[in-house]
Amino acid sequence: MTWLRTPEGRLAVIAVAVFILMAMVNPERFLSVQNLTSMAFQFPEFAILALAVAVAMLTGGIDLSVVGTANLSAVIAATVMANYTGGGDGVGIVIAASGLALVVGLVAGLFNGVLVATFGLPPILATLGTGLIYTGLALVITGGPAVLGLPPAAAWIGNSTVLGVPAPLIVFGLLAAGIGWLMMRTSFGLKTRMFGANPLAARYAAMDTGKVLLKLYALCGTLSAVAGLIIMSRANSAKADYGSSYLLLAVLIAVLGGVNPYGGYGRIIGVVLAVLSMQFLSSGLNLMGVTNFAREMIWGALLITVMLINTLASRRTL
Amino acid sequence: MGFYPIAHGCKARAMKSFDWTRNEVLVFGVILAFCALAAASDPNFLSIPTLTDLMRNSIVLGIFAVGAMVVLVSGGIDVSFTAVAAFAMYATTVLLRDVAPEMGWPVAFLVAIAIGAALGAFNGVFIALFGLPTLIVTLGTLSLFRGALLTFIGTAQISNLPSGMRDFSRWMMLRGTDADGNFYSLHWAFVFLVVVVIFTWFILNRTMLGRAIYAIGGAPESARRIGIDVKKTQMFIYVYVGALAGLAGIMHGSLARISNPQDLVGLELSVIAAVVLGGARLTGGIGTLTGTLLGVALIVLVRNSLIVIGVPSVWQSVVIGALILLGTGLPAYQSLRAQRRAA
Repeated sequence: MTWLRTPEGRLAVIAVAVFILMAMVNPERFLSVQNLTSMAFQFPEFAILALAVAVAMLTGGIDLSVVGTANLSAVIAATVMANYTGGGDGVGIVIAASGLALVVGLVAGLFNGVLVATFGLPPILATLGTGLIYTGLALVITGGPAVLGLPPAAAWIGNSTVLGVPAPLIVFGLLAAGIGWLMMRTSFGLKTRMFGANPLAARYAAMDTGKVLLKLYALCGTLSAVAGLIIMSRANSAKADYGSSYLLLAVLIAVLGGVNPYGGYGRIIGVVLAVLSMQFLSSGLNLMGVTNFAREMIWGALLITVMLINTLASRRTL
Repeated sequence: MGFYPIAHGCKARAMKSFDWTRNEVLVFGVILAFCALAAASDPNFLSIPTLTDLMRNSIVLGIFAVGAMVVLVSGGIDVSFTAVAAFAMYATTVLLRDVAPEMGWPVAFLVAIAIGAALGAFNGVFIALFGLPTLIVTLGTLSLFRGALLTFIGTAQISNLPSGMRDFSRWMMLRGTDADGNFYSLHWAFVFLVVVVIFTWFILNRTMLGRAIYAIGGAPESARRIGIDVKKTQMFIYVYVGALAGLAGIMHGSLARISNPQDLVGLELSVIAAVVLGGARLTGGIGTLTGTLLGVALIVLVRNSLIVIGVPSVWQSVVIGALILLGTGLPAYQSLRAQRRAA
């Protein structure tokens, strides 16, 4: 039973326990197809943001600009789409605007990377600053209100199913698998974790640390843009301050998933398990009639408890 | 001048007696430039009402910033203080309203400070005793405190404040009209900010405790080896910051003449931005009260008066974001270059 001693092992137990508990308390409603489907539509958007934060944390950094990047990309894409006057359901313009959103996310991420890698800013402050700038730019573009009037095709990614599986869930599954592979099975992933464990040693090992950081933050930005597109599609609009509670949630999930905020350790499977635990808990509590505020309180307590267990457990093994 | 923290001394070895690239000087320059631009486009800008507005808006933000700076100097980061403040403000209002409606404002203030200190001690237990990362703990308690407040104490704002808090809100230090007939006033609450600043300055610069705070921020291991009780020092820091947040919270409620439990949370990053602009480093060991207050003044100016220099107010967060990058980028870039030269 050695797997039980890893953070991921404990988390798997937590996820299953929460699921069973919620299913026992409210079997008809929690296990209903409707509830399971709505959970699968709800979590991918913040789960993808959590992936982005987790990836940045692997280097010992953090990306606080994920929500700002997501909204800026979505607002730019939505503005392009809303000004489209052609007929039909607008598949072409949706694909083009989505591509543009990904490019915006990539550029925003690269800018973070330049600040961290080239200018040596602490990642917390660099991304705190750019987060404000990206949110601010989205606000300048929209002037405040949401961008409405998207073509029908824009609703696809957030609301449709493929062979019965919700499209956002498929996107999240592919991204999680891809990033898990990138971080655990490629030299880029090894370099990322090595830099996180000991930046100085990484440099002495002749690693081009600047290039790794640039690529990594660009990846974070692009992931954020994907999340932004899903949020936009589900809301059928884009706004500068959508999902503002997602930042805390994304950091929480990454840490809950066992990613070491000081860098060097973290597994994507942990992040996935953390997302599932959070969603089971949220939906279950929601069905029990618990308010959003109580949920927020439970999230905070959960974060500290899990962190405490991980710290105490790692001290014991030392 | 001349009283540099220990940790600053070794990094600043190569610097001359007065360093023009220090954050304090830069921020002061930006403030002057901002005022000059504002005065050029609106002659009424340089007036007593503008100054008293600036001072009034700096009170709560300033007390928060002093607390945030002490944490940064010790090498930590606290994002929960706005939730602590909202909790202390609202819980005190409810307590006074239901238990002792006739109590004066000093009682309300003491209760709020005590609640803040207790919540700060909660942070301190996890940070000092169990050694958890400060960002994670305070991120957790931010939602924990806010969630507990809104779940167990209440969600409705209270506009009919207890008489003590109402009395405090009417307590003006000076009021009048300037030559152009514009009304201005300054509240006694500003004196609280001054007292907090002086008291904190004394702790940081004139006591062993203050030396210990700078020392554990500069190098925790070295601090431990010279015999500093790191856990006790950290515990003090988080209790102190909690108490300051409690004070800021009750003053916010009293001055606004409304106690809204959903208020304040969301300000935390702007406050940290102000402190960092003023030269405090996230890596710990470096930070001054002068810089912190200048940072607060600049953030308040940008929030209040951006429109005066001809920039529409939707650009506000872009400007603050850019200032953060500039304020942290310059020193970071300098130390990076110094490092590369040395390597």
